[in-house]
Amino acid sequence: MTSQNNSKTGFSRRSALRMMAAGGAAGLIAPNLLGKPAFASTPPATPTGRIVVGLSQEPTVFNPLMPHIEVDDAFDFSVFDALFRINADGVIIPNLATEVPSQANGGISADGLNWRIRLRDDVTWHDGTPFTAEDVKYTLQLIVNPDFRAWRTTGHSLVRDITVVSPTEITWRMEEAFAPYLSFLTETFMVPKHILEKEADPNQAAFNQAPIGTGAFKWGQRLAGDRLELVANPDYFGEGPYIEQLIFKYIPDMTVLYAQFKSGDVDLVGQAYISPDHYQEAKNLPDRVVTAEPKGSVESIYLNQELPQLQDRAVREALYLAMDRTAIIDALYYGVPSPTETFMPPQSYYFNPNLPKQEFNLDRARKILDEAGWVPGADGIREKDGVRLSFSNSTTVGNHLREQTQQFLQQTFGEIGVEMTIANLPPAVMWGEYWGLSQFESAMVGITYLVGGDPDVTYRFHTDAIAAKGGNGSNNAQYSNPEVDALLVEGSRTFDPEKRREIYFKVQEIIRHDLPFLPMFAYTNVYGRKAGIEGFEVNTNTRTESWHAAAWYWA
Amino acid sequence: MPAFLLKRFMQSIVLLVIVSIIGFVVLNLIPGGPLAQYALDPGMTEADKARLAEQLGLNRPILVQYFDWAWRLLQGDWGTSFRDGNSVLSVIGRHVLATFLLMGSSTAIAIGIGTWIGIRGATHRYSIFDYAATVGAMVALSIPTFWFGLIGIYVFALRLGWLPAGNMYTIGDGSVLDYLHHLIMPSVVLALVHIAIWSRYMRTATLDAISQEFVKTARAKGVTERRVLMKHVVGCALLPMITLAGVQLPSLLTGALVTETVFTWPGMGRLFLDSLGYSDYPVVMGLLMFSAILTIVGNLIADIAVALIDPRIRLA
Repeated sequence: MTSQNNSKTGFSRRSALRMMAAGGAAGLIAPNLLGKPAFASTPPATPTGRIVVGLSQEPTVFNPLMPHIEVDDAFDFSVFDALFRINADGVIIPNLATEVPSQANGGISADGLNWRIRLRDDVTWHDGTPFTAEDVKYTLQLIVNPDFRAWRTTGHSLVRDITVVSPTEITWRMEEAFAPYLSFLTETFMVPKHILEKEADPNQAAFNQAPIGTGAFKWGQRLAGDRLELVANPDYFGEGPYIEQLIFKYIPDMTVLYAQFKSGDVDLVGQAYISPDHYQEAKNLPDRVVTAEPKGSVESIYLNQELPQLQDRAVREALYLAMDRTAIIDALYYGVPSPTETFMPPQSYYFNPNLPKQEFNLDRARKILDEAGWVPGADGIREKDGVRLSFSNSTTVGNHLREQTQQFLQQTFGEIGVEMTIANLPPAVMWGEYWGLSQFESAMVGITYLVGGDPDVTYRFHTDAIAAKGGNGSNNAQYSNPEVDALLVEGSRTFDPEKRREIYFKVQEIIRHDLPFLPMFAYTNVYGRKAGIEGFEVNTNTRTESWHAAAWYWA
Repeated sequence: MPAFLLKRFMQSIVLLVIVSIIGFVVLNLIPGGPLAQYALDPGMTEADKARLAEQLGLNRPILVQYFDWAWRLLQGDWGTSFRDGNSVLSVIGRHVLATFLLMGSSTAIAIGIGTWIGIRGATHRYSIFDYAATVGAMVALSIPTFWFGLIGIYVFALRLGWLPAGNMYTIGDGSVLDYLHHLIMPSVVLALVHIAIWSRYMRTATLDAISQEFVKTARAKGVTERRVLMKHVVGCALLPMITLAGVQLPSLLTGALVTETVFTWPGMGRLFLDSLGYSDYPVVMGLLMFSAILTIVGNLIADIAVALIDPRIRLA
């Protein structure tokens, strides 16, 4: 993402879209001469109304620094603020800070080690206490406090010598240059020092059950197992909030979630959204807006590079040619997701659109295997130097779409003389050591690669990130390419977005060539909301539909 | 009676210890554990997970973990939920009311209707009503509650619009009437299976009672048929039902697992499923102990009630 210093109150993409949409609507209804001009669709002067967001998991962690899952982000983004925010275009913009530090504006030193952040002076906590640089310092220190059960510490563990220069300015030094830290900070929510420092044990603080933030919404009440009620913060420093109440309603079954969207109990379907099999029906529901939008995760077949038969690039290329992706997407996934060639989400600034397109071509696949010396044995399965071209594929048991995809692949792989057996496991087993320590042969898996929209994928593809070989990371395919290693290191130390873009374009090119995993498609979420909810925008650089509920309102 | 109670108490303690050991071991044998949910979390490293395992005490030997848990439990500390950081008792406490309200109303429906169907089936044996009740009970027992729930939502909420599609309250309302409106569908769906069981048992028990000597005697003495039925037959037939009710008490909780998911009812059934899904060991263990205690208490009350009502039985 590029860094720029446009203020949130300035002319944003959202307002542009809103004007365009309003203009289009005006064109359509103008002949009817409705009494109300379409441009009347502006936010109310005071917070009005209520929006119920249906979630298929329950938010339960209210201290944003403690370990939490995707669904908790909906709460964190609404009640808290980070120093920066990443918008829907992948651009980092200031939030609690007044500018995004860069080497150009002097916020980050030329060597990338010294950081200076300037903060807004008009922010208060929900209890009225002013927010200052002391809170930032406290937050960053709490994350690395060994007694505190912090979520992830990547980047934060490199921060040294935090200095509060003034209430609106803070500086620190990094142990090493780490460009992705800016993105990590878009998901690092600030917590109040004046409340938490009085607690004997921050893990058990009363704050964790009724938190105080700086965000657009304040804590209302929690009805455990049912819903979470947030109320508007009238003193919010930024845009909005325009609704009085924001409610996260927990509906554990996807079919029931959709039924409650249809019946009107739920205004907006959040995480895990509308399942693809309901998409066609949902699109035609009256008074509902239903759209399919790509999300940040990619479904793929991971190939364990330590397996002799999968070490050969020719085999991986042949397998890729033998994947009938169009059939899988259309027949099994209702045509909702879109094919991709890379781990990078299509809407990322760093997405390389010039990668060669996969084709389904069994003849070419066979030719490649023939040329590489894999010849069919007595049972039709190819062999080379005593190694049979046979491997197992694993995924979560009970995931019907994946199980059907496996059968699809089994068939087309079989036609080129490759045997793929199916060995599925319960989720806890599959995603335990079997996955973490690369005990699988091949795996069908959906992965979100980017953290906070940053293109750094060192922990997924660097040689030192192979956990099975004692590395620290999630390079589960055990992929190793010195050229990629060097590029990844360079990328994580480069701050200029343009230069980084070049680096990650190259990374994607090499990985597309090496095929440590066979990309199938970029996942798509089917979003649904009642007609009349305005200001809603999908942002795949975050993990939640509620990344900016402050802007939502009823037209 | 005191000797009986003491004996039952001692038995219960042994039972609870066994249940807790089996529960704890099985739970810890399931691979994955509470940190598995972060396996695919971007940016979460193995080092982060190892640190959390250390901080939560999950890397200790299972025996140490069990005795630590049991020792705290003896002191009244049921532990703290990994998932939301609240004490296990308060987590259970917040869900127990919703389940008991649902259980209470569905039990009332099941007993009321089931008893009536059972008695009428017995007194009108081999009638159309009796056959219909038999077939109805078979259908209710063989169709999953989940399916009943979804059909109910489709017909009564989405098609007809008479009843809400789940939830305990309309958000922003919360009046008693609103609550009762929401209670109808889940309690009826949850009751269906129990009506079936209850009516079958009641029919058999009534048939047994009708053929007893004292019923013939009562009839011979000229007591009206209605009085024979209400006073002698039903009173006698209800006795085994008390035991059945005691045994059925915990099964209402398991029935609620499904019903609560379909109707988004914030009760213990869903809490159990969620806690299991997230490997929230302290809450799962808490719920296990809670339902074990419920089973023991349910049986005990049934035994005492039968002894108090039935002069033929003495507790020793």
